[in-house]
Amino acid sequence: MEKAIKRYLPIFVLPTLIAFTVGFIAPFIVGIYLSFCKFTTITDAQVIGFSNYAKVFQDDTFVHSLWYTTLFTIVTMVLINFLAFVVALALTKKIKGTYLFRTIFFMPNLIGGIVLGYIWSLLLNGILAYWSKTLTYNSTYGFWGMVILLLWQQIGYMMIIYIAGIQNIPGELIEAAKIDGATKWQQLRYVTLPMLRSSITVCTFLTLTNGFKMFDQNLALTNGEPSEKSELLAMNIYTTFYGRPGWEGVGQAKAVIFFLIVGAVALTQNYLSRRKEVQQ
Amino acid sequence: MKNVKRFAALGMTAAMAVTALAGCGSSSSSASGTTTTGAGTTTTKAAASTTTKAASGSSGSSTGKVYYLNFKPEQADQWVALAKKYTEETGVQVNVQTAASGTYEQTLKSEMAKSEAPTLFQVNGPVGLANWKDYCLDLKDTDIYKDLQSDDYALKDSDGSIKGIAYVIETYGIIYNKSLLNKYCQMDGAKIKDASEITSFDKLKEVADDIQAKKDELGVEGAFTSAGFDSSSDWRFKTHLANLPIYYEYKAENETSTDAIKGTYLDNFKKVFDMYITDSTCEPTLLSGKTGDDASSEFALGEAVFYQNGTWAYNDIKGNEVDDDDLGMLPIFFGVDDANQGLCTGSENYWCINSKASEDDIKATKDFLKWVVESDEGRKSLSTDMGFVTPFKTFSDYLPANPLVKAANEYNKTKTPVSWNFTTMPSEQWKNDLGSAMLEYAQGTGSWDAVKTAFVDGWATEYKNAHS
Repeated sequence: MEKAIKRYLPIFVLPTLIAFTVGFIAPFIVGIYLSFCKFTTITDAQVIGFSNYAKVFQDDTFVHSLWYTTLFTIVTMVLINFLAFVVALALTKKIKGTYLFRTIFFMPNLIGGIVLGYIWSLLLNGILAYWSKTLTYNSTYGFWGMVILLLWQQIGYMMIIYIAGIQNIPGELIEAAKIDGATKWQQLRYVTLPMLRSSITVCTFLTLTNGFKMFDQNLALTNGEPSEKSELLAMNIYTTFYGRPGWEGVGQAKAVIFFLIVGAVALTQNYLSRRKEVQQ
Repeated sequence: MKNVKRFAALGMTAAMAVTALAGCGSSSSSASGTTTTGAGTTTTKAAASTTTKAASGSSGSSTGKVYYLNFKPEQADQWVALAKKYTEETGVQVNVQTAASGTYEQTLKSEMAKSEAPTLFQVNGPVGLANWKDYCLDLKDTDIYKDLQSDDYALKDSDGSIKGIAYVIETYGIIYNKSLLNKYCQMDGAKIKDASEITSFDKLKEVADDIQAKKDELGVEGAFTSAGFDSSSDWRFKTHLANLPIYYEYKAENETSTDAIKGTYLDNFKKVFDMYITDSTCEPTLLSGKTGDDASSEFALGEAVFYQNGTWAYNDIKGNEVDDDDLGMLPIFFGVDDANQGLCTGSENYWCINSKASEDDIKATKDFLKWVVESDEGRKSLSTDMGFVTPFKTFSDYLPANPLVKAANEYNKTKTPVSWNFTTMPSEQWKNDLGSAMLEYAQGTGSWDAVKTAFVDGWATEYKNAHS
C-alpha cells in the first residue's frame, strides 16, 4: 500500500505542483528579485540593490496609506464581526422567514467589488449632494464610504459562518446553563461566546486580511481621490507601479513589504485567537 | 463541532491562498514575459516573415510586420480601418491596438515585455521619452522626419538624435458658445456689445462675473463649465492651465526647461483659476467628483458659455444643442501680454519606432508611416476621418473639417501661439500634487500657499527624483 502511494505520487502531486509553481512560486520569486531592480519592462531589469526600499519610506503616500489602511482594517474588522454576530444571533432565534433573511443578507457578497463600488458611489454621492459635498471631498468621506460598502458586502458572509457556529452548539449546554439559573446574558457570555471561538478566529482572520487587501472597492468608489489621500495599500502599490515612470521597482518593493505585513498580521492573529479556542 | 472545524480549515486555506496571491499581485502579472522572450523573439519573427512572404508573394521588401500601439481611443476604429487598407494594398500585416483611456503607459509597459512587442508606439514628450529612450530608434533618416514642416515637431534626445516625430498638432484655449454670448450682449447693461471686445483677462472676468450674476435671466447654469477634478478632467488645470505660468516664465528667463521653477506668474494663475471656480456651474465643494463628461455635456447642452478645452473636444460637443457655427475659441487670457497672446498650440503625441524590434519589422514600420503621411488614403484618413491637424508638409491640401480647428487657426493668425511647455513638467507626480493642492484650495480645505509649494518646491524635488 505504502509503495503504491509512493509510486503514484508524481501523478497526484505534479499537476498541482506545476500549476502552483508557474502561477505562484515563480512570479513570487521574480517579484522579489524585481524589487531590487530598476526597470521599465521586466525584461531589461538591472539590479540596483536596496535603494527601492529606501524610497518606499521616503514616499509620503505610502506612509499615509499604511496608516489609512491600518485604521480602515481595525474599524471594519470590529464593526463587521460585531454586526455579523448580532445578525447571526437574531436569525438563529425562531422567527418567521429567517431563511429568507439569511439569503438576503448574504446576497451583497455575490456582487463584484467594482459594481458595488459604482453603486455605492452613486448612492452616497446622491446623499452627500444634499450638503454640496462628494465622497472625494476629503479622505474622511472616502474612508467612511468604504467602511459602509465593506460592511454591506461582508456582514452577510461572516453571518453565515457565525450561524453555522451557533447551530453547532449542543443544546444540552444551553439547557444545563438554564437549569443552573443562568440569565440570557450569562448564557451568551459564558456558553455561546466561548463555544464560538473557532468561528471568531475564522471571521477575524478573514475580515483582517480582506481589509488589508481591499482593492477593487477602493478603485471604484474613490479611485484614491482626492490626490491619493483615500488610497489603501494595495491601490497605492498599483498606482506606484503603473502611474509613476521610473518607480516600477519601488512599487515592487512596496508589494514585498505589503506581503510581509499581511503575512505577519495574519499569523499573529491566528496564533492569538487559536490559543483561546475551546476543544470539545 | 466537527463541521465548524472543517469549515474553518477550508476558509483558512482559501484565505491564505488569496492573501498570498494578492501580496504579489503586480509581480505575477508582469512576470509572464521573462521566460519566453529570449527564445520567443527569433522563432516568431522567422515564422511571421515567412507567412507574410507567402501571403503577399511580392518583392522581398515587405517581410516585416507592424504593430502599432495607439494612444488615442477616439480614433481607434479609424486606425484599424487604415491598417486594413494598407494590408490590402501591400500585403504587410499591420496590427493596431488601442489602450483604454488613461492606461497607455501600463499597456505599453506590459506589451513591451512580450516577444511580439509594438514596433510603433507613442511617448508624450521629453518626460515620457526619458522613460522609453532605450527603446526609441533614431528617426533621422526616415521619410516622415523629412516631411516635417519644422524641426520643432521632432522630439530630440540630449545627444541630438531624433527619437520621436509629432503627428498631430492640437490647440486649446477657452471654447465659447457664440449664440449664448450674443444673447448676453443684447441684454441690458451687458458689459460688451460684441464678442470681439473680449481682448484681455480683465474684460473676460468682467463678462464672466456679469454672466454669472445674470445666469437665470440668460438661461444658463454658470459662465464656465464645472472645473472638475476627477482624473478625467483635472489635467485641464494641473497640466493645461499650469502651462501658462510656465510659458511666461520660460519666456522671461529665456529658457526652454528648468530644474527649478520660480513661479513668477502664479498670481495670474490664481486669478484665472479663481474665475473658473467662482463663475461656475457648480459649488466648489462638488468639484472633486466632477468629470470631463460633466463639463463637456454642460457646454454641449448650452448650460455654460465658456469651456476650457482643446480642439479634440469637438467630437464630444458636436450633435447637441450647440451648432458648429456657434463654436468659437478664445485664448486663456493671462493678464501678462493679452494683446499678443494666442491660443496654446503644440503636440504631446510623438511616434517612436521600437529600436529593439527586428530589422524587418523596423523597415516595415518605416514604410507604413511613409505611406500614412504620403499616400492619398493615409492623408485623407488622418485629416478627414480622424480630424487631425498634422505637422507634415504633405498635408497642405488636407485640412480637417473641425470647426474648433478653424476657429483656433483664425485667432492665431495675428497672434503668437503659446507653446506647450507642460511636456517639460518634471513628472506625473508633480502634476498630481499640484492638482490636489488646487482642489483643496478650491474646496476651501487648503490654502493657496500649498498650491505655490506644490508648484515651486515640488518642481525641484520631482526634477531631482527624475534625474537621479
